[in-house]
Amino acid sequence: MLILAIDTSAVASAALISDDAMEGVVDSFATEDTRSHAEVLVPGIEQLLAGAGVSGADIDLIVTGVGPGPFTGLRSGIATARTLAFAWNKPLYGLMSLDAIALEVAESTGAPAEFLVATDARRKEVYWARYTLLDGQLPELADGPHVGFASELPDLPVYGAGAGIYADVVKADEDFQDTQPSAASLGQFALALLSAGRELPDSTPLYLRESDAQVPGPRKRAL
Amino acid sequence: MNSAPASDPRQAGPLVLGIESSCDETGVGIVRGTTLLSNTVSSSMDEHVRFGGVIPEIASRAHLDAFVPTLQESLRTAGVTLEDVDAIAVTSGPGLAGALMVGVCAAKALALASGKPLYAINHLVAHVGVGLLDMPENRLPEKRLPENRLPENLGALLVSGGHTEILRIRSITDDVELLGSTIDDAAGEAYDKVARLLGLGYPGGPAIDKIARTGNPKAIRFPRGLSQPKYMGTAEEPGPHRYDWSFSGLKTAVARCVEQFEARGEEVPVADIAAAFQEAVVDIITSKAVLACRENGITELLLGGGVAANSRLRELTGQRCRSAGITLHVPPLQLCTDNGAMVAALGAQLVMAGIAPSGVAFAPDSSLPVTTVSV
Ligand SMILES: [Zn+2]
Repeated sequence: MLILAIDTSAVASAALISDDAMEGVVDSFATEDTRSHAEVLVPGIEQLLAGAGVSGADIDLIVTGVGPGPFTGLRSGIATARTLAFAWNKPLYGLMSLDAIALEVAESTGAPAEFLVATDARRKEVYWARYTLLDGQLPELADGPHVGFASELPDLPVYGAGAGIYADVVKADEDFQDTQPSAASLGQFALALLSAGRELPDSTPLYLRESDAQVPGPRKRAL
Repeated sequence: MNSAPASDPRQAGPLVLGIESSCDETGVGIVRGTTLLSNTVSSSMDEHVRFGGVIPEIASRAHLDAFVPTLQESLRTAGVTLEDVDAIAVTSGPGLAGALMVGVCAAKALALASGKPLYAINHLVAHVGVGLLDMPENRLPEKRLPENRLPENLGALLVSGGHTEILRIRSITDDVELLGSTIDDAAGEAYDKVARLLGLGYPGGPAIDKIARTGNPKAIRFPRGLSQPKYMGTAEEPGPHRYDWSFSGLKTAVARCVEQFEARGEEVPVADIAAAFQEAVVDIITSKAVLACRENGITELLLGGGVAANSRLRELTGQRCRSAGITLHVPPLQLCTDNGAMVAALGAQLVMAGIAPSGVAFAPDSSLPVTTVSV
């Protein structure tokens, strides 16, 4: 099984995942910055395919991160994934982007049985979710995703770049304080879920916030 | 099917798929050369009504969900597959940044998946490109044939919710000049704001156009922005805004007028105010556009953008062009509003002119200058 995974909920990233490859990852790329998704994503995927010597026809399914994440960047990945799935006529699934970090936590040494994952939501807030972990199993989402102030998170260890930014008010795990959701981990998570016979959700974005638009009130009459 | 002789140049040309997402319309259109094959548009306008204007984030969300269904429908209508397509074109600016991003990402993905060349093109020039499609209402192609050249001295007046510009087009593929534009609100935006002031709903253009017909445009005189000598100068020594427009002062004048009626406890004469406002907008747009044409030797003018639907604008532009000896071209209305066919039409011109494609590494540019026809 060959999976193309894409996530642009924070940085732009893509990966080719195969159950034949070591650790499941054929190849992957991720940007450092969080603002150039539209430029770099498709060229990056093009290189991934060329480097691995595969074409669209060889891919079995596409998985995209559905956020939460800053809207414009998030949509870049979903628009790309949906269009590729249409053009190649491949099934498309969506995974919650914070799952990518949760899987990396689960695979690290000393992972706690219950923890939070947080990423930057800008405006002094974080996107976060609570996970539980049983020995040797995949992390299970227990609560979330939510958006809110870092200072109001449950009192648990927090993993991910959202914890790093607010290390003064949360129990940030040092090894994970710069970690962003990556397509490589997201794709591995998808592969693990499929191997376990689980169904994957669709690509509906998780915005968590409404647009800022205000419905204008009635105009004040001059009197 | 209309079967034309194979030698007819209008029946040949590259098959180009165009994608538009710069504002609140998700458009996918397909042309072969200068022949329109499909023009599918999905609008999120209904979702903006309660806000009285386009909300960028709402438009962007709608683009994401509308894109693949719109693409599918456009391919089906044209009776072609992605493999048949020779090139893909997409609006890369100007427009709303987040909205442009959706179309650009989708277009790049489509180019990658199909291996077709991708052209990143200018939305404003695409409004002109649509005038080159072969259809009874479009007279430009007739003039262009048989040498496949545009008339010399071609100008374009673009008026919509997002833009108000007068352009000179020497070559649609690589020589477009901005003669004048609005320095604040677009004309369509001014319509929306005034319609809200008058309680006429959204979108303001059709609402004001309709009620204005029952009002007296001379009942009130509203100011014509940037018409004073210090802005206009003379033909020899043009002022700083000779061909530019401004609508924010007009909007304020309408608000003050409404307040004065209310303060006096009188009923607000909505139809008269709408008619007088519309007359002020249309008067200043057409007088400056015709001035720009005359002083720049433009003898063929194309009208584009959604406000081309406005009956008074069409009427007065027609009148003033006629007396100035300018031939006016107005494409069919569904091609004047934002759509994918105009993007495809310009894309086909670029392909036919042998212009190199843009690749997949460009970034959308919300303020792309009109001089950049393709990236
Ligand atoms: Zn437009």
